[in-house]
Amino acid sequence: MTRDPFALWVYLAERPLLWLTVTLVAYGLADRLSQAARRHPLANPVLIAAAMIGAVLLGLGVPYDRYFDGAQFVHFLLGPATVALAVPLYENRHAVRRALVPMAAALVAGSVVTLVSAVLILMAFGVSPAVMASMAPKSVTAAIAMAVSEGMGGDPALTAVLVILTGIFGAMVGLPLLGALGLGEARAAGFAVGIAAHGIGTARALQFSPEAGAFAAIAMALNAVLTALLAPPLFRWLMGQG
Amino acid sequence: MVQVFAVLLACQLAGEVVARMSGVPVPGPVIGLMLLFAVMAWRQRISAVLPAASGDGTLEATAHGLLRHLSLLFVPAGVGVIQRLDVLGRDGVALVVALVVSSVLGLVVSALVFRALARRSAGGPA
Repeated sequence: MTRDPFALWVYLAERPLLWLTVTLVAYGLADRLSQAARRHPLANPVLIAAAMIGAVLLGLGVPYDRYFDGAQFVHFLLGPATVALAVPLYENRHAVRRALVPMAAALVAGSVVTLVSAVLILMAFGVSPAVMASMAPKSVTAAIAMAVSEGMGGDPALTAVLVILTGIFGAMVGLPLLGALGLGEARAAGFAVGIAAHGIGTARALQFSPEAGAFAAIAMALNAVLTALLAPPLFRWLMGQG
Repeated sequence: MVQVFAVLLACQLAGEVVARMSGVPVPGPVIGLMLLFAVMAWRQRISAVLPAASGDGTLEATAHGLLRHLSLLFVPAGVGVIQRLDVLGRDGVALVVALVVSSVLGLVVSALVFRALARRSAGGPA
């Protein structure tokens, strides 16, 4: 039996239970805030929960590795959840099949414009090629983006940060921006958010409608493949021009 | 629900095996997604080898339940980012500008191209 509060804290801080609980509670609070704000784009639950937990860890001096010992159980579910995206995709398969041509064209156009514009802007700022390589594949899921970045001489840790920031930004801004421009139709907007903001954007599109979520899911999967194949030669070509 | 998780994990596992063995640049879970799609498309014909949960609506209900909180699953990675913002370093401004502008351009171009071609293939305003 532990009566010393400090000993109890040390015990709990080193076990997965505490940080798993903190993750779920923080997300529950963030999701309520997001609902209370009627899903206002700025009240993004991933951002709010991550900021809350980040502040707690920083305040208590707990290293990320120890936090992740608990949070990894949530993180692990990303794999099965990605597989589960087959269900909304299957349920919307007729709409998806009817849109094969617009999807293929939007995929190539959106993917190339995103990558080329990001690299050109960084060139204008005069950053190093390694930083450009780290940024180039930022719109796709972290595992692919990090491998692509490393292959082009980038820093995978920087890429991982840019991938998550891109996802949060795209999830916050994507649907309201497209709506304001008159491009808010569920299939087109969902597909665009999946291209620009991978799984975090797909999570937001699923909240909007199952149809938007299905198109975001297929866009995310297709853009991961296209970026893996296209980013290295496109990046080399851009470097040759610069 | 346990059966559904077994199906999801089995698809992911098969996806990881295919991804590793073939060297194709696709994440294992994305190949798992395609496998589950194929299972759903053919489930009447292969129902003998599938658990009952894949044909009685449990698969759909569990998947939607998991996906309703897809945002939650990105929180641990998000916390990592908040702690590693230092890697942005002195290029922080350039990186943020490039991230924001390229994402906005990508969103708008994707949606515009999609809409233009969806209208044409539908033979009129969608």
